[in-house]
Amino acid sequence: MSFASELNSLALAELSHFAQNATAADVEAALARSEASGKRISAADFAALISPAAAQPQYIEAMAQRSHDLTLRHFGRVIRFFAPLYVSNECINVCKYCGFSRDNPILRVTLTADQVAAEARYLRDQGFRHILLVAGEHPHFISDDYLRDCVARLHGDWPSISLEIGPLETAQYVPIVQAGAEGLVVYQETYDRGVYDAMHVSGPKKDFGWRLETPERAYAAGFKRLGIGALLGLAPWRNEAIALAAHAGYLLKKCWMAQLTISAPRLRPAAGEFRPLAPMSDRELVQFVCAMRIAFPEVGLVLSTRESAMLRDNLVPLGITMMSAGSHTEPGGYTGQGRETLHVTKGGRMIKPELPVIESEGEHATVQFEIADNRSPAEVAARLEQLGYEPVWKDWEGALNEA
Amino acid sequence: MTDKPRKLRVANRDFNSRLIMGTGKFASGEIMASALEASGAEMVTVALRRADLSGQRDKFANILTFIDTKKYVLLPNTSGARNAEEACRLARLGREATASTWLKLEIHPDPRYLLPDAVETLKAAEILVKEGFTVLPYINADPVLAKRLEDAGCATVMPLGSPIGSARGIETRASIEIIIEQATVPVVVDAGLGAPSHAAEAMEMGADAVLVNTAVAVAADPARMAEAFKAAVEAGRAAYEIGLAPKRKEADATSPLTGFLNER
Repeated sequence: MSFASELNSLALAELSHFAQNATAADVEAALARSEASGKRISAADFAALISPAAAQPQYIEAMAQRSHDLTLRHFGRVIRFFAPLYVSNECINVCKYCGFSRDNPILRVTLTADQVAAEARYLRDQGFRHILLVAGEHPHFISDDYLRDCVARLHGDWPSISLEIGPLETAQYVPIVQAGAEGLVVYQETYDRGVYDAMHVSGPKKDFGWRLETPERAYAAGFKRLGIGALLGLAPWRNEAIALAAHAGYLLKKCWMAQLTISAPRLRPAAGEFRPLAPMSDRELVQFVCAMRIAFPEVGLVLSTRESAMLRDNLVPLGITMMSAGSHTEPGGYTGQGRETLHVTKGGRMIKPELPVIESEGEHATVQFEIADNRSPAEVAARLEQLGYEPVWKDWEGALNEA
Repeated sequence: MTDKPRKLRVANRDFNSRLIMGTGKFASGEIMASALEASGAEMVTVALRRADLSGQRDKFANILTFIDTKKYVLLPNTSGARNAEEACRLARLGREATASTWLKLEIHPDPRYLLPDAVETLKAAEILVKEGFTVLPYINADPVLAKRLEDAGCATVMPLGSPIGSARGIETRASIEIIIEQATVPVVVDAGLGAPSHAAEAMEMGADAVLVNTAVAVAADPARMAEAFKAAVEAGRAAYEIGLAPKRKEADATSPLTGFLNER
């Protein structure tokens, strides 16, 4: 049985209703049970922890304290650093919220393996030893062989390489794992089938189930680290949290040897002028992080540069374990690689941009989304030290990723 | 009874301290170094995955630079390895990078409880002992596995008290008692010791040493907590060497039933 059938049998309506209407007594009981048993909390208790009642100051503080303690115990006073490296912003999907959406007339490029290596060298010099290769979905421009070549090229210099790419078959993942990749990140974006269908207008991404089962295929192919998440802002966040928790619980049992990470990216401004349909406040994000930590003490919680410096600093002690810093969300964003081959893609063909392209130093591919924390990696690291946390750049070894 | 504390002897090497320290989870290298100092430990374990194994003195993976190898026997560990093959690969790289042939063998494929895989641990121990490593394996409190690892040539066995980081103390008491009773190599109780009293308890039971990490690393004052563990380990060991009075439920009877035998 895959998670797709488990999601179908999840009592989502009931849990969602409870997440809206839990009382203070429900919240207190859920908190007490989670502290007493040391066991996995139930789906209903999780729903109580994400309810409006639990957002009251006294409860959210209690949750934060509990989350802080659990995080210290499992992860210590450390934050693991990673850097995203966008290798391509080509995409055949039409998704309403994404800057890379196929019909957006943006500047696109797919970096060659050499160019990827040059961008990676820059990140390495900044201190990063964990890298996340990110690409849109395009079987022509971003083939399995291309991804394998990029990984193979970086393997010797990078203790940990993960990918965030369009879903593939298990057999397609195997050579990428064998080339030295450790982790695979795939966000479901939204677990609400209706919203999913409306957001993903066309392209292979329209297939909800295919995407949902991606982590299981990745695990079968040998990936050691699985990242899941939802793009918060598409559907009501409480529903997303309930489904995400169910997904995490399922993967922890089924893919029991994998390190699991959860991300909760909130929608950011991007090309296409999309605005969040269901916004989530800072207080609610804090509540989300704490509830996830209480539910899953051993799961890594990832925070990207989508969030502001102020919020990121304050979220660190609350349960976050992995952070990016100084990120660029366009291919070539770090060192300007690929600038000479920038183009617009129409009908799968590269054409010279019609727009009057300014022949300046600043010419670059279009970003997937705007980042909010513009501090350099060194600045973020220094701030973490002030906060009493060690920024950990290397926490894996490439030799563990050899076939 | 001797009046001088007995030394811990592991693989022909003597140690005054019976507290082994872990180096993960600290807020900084400096804080870790001061905690190690305060603990009086003479053996410290370091996750190879955190260290620079490239030989390039990577300043972004500099955990080893905070550990004075003149003062401490370095016990690299294989945390992160999910099977014997990965553990052996990591161990060999670690030996090259650190020049230490001592190894804490850890194979825990499950990321939640970090419980050791008995099958893979035994397999790796057999290989690594033959390759000349001094192997200290982290194991569940399984007396038969402990004997098998001893037979394979391991320098110690390191049964867990409770899962890593859980601070639950010695939940495996009955099995650890059997391991201690039957062991011909030092028994190091590793993992789950959340309070100095847990460490003292292990020592009173007759464990030869304990390994502590989380309880010190995440304490508000790691160096003071390290001192507290040091004192507890010494107290527990002294009590064990002196011999504790057996526990009794009731006071001694004032009119013994066999008193008449002494009368004449």
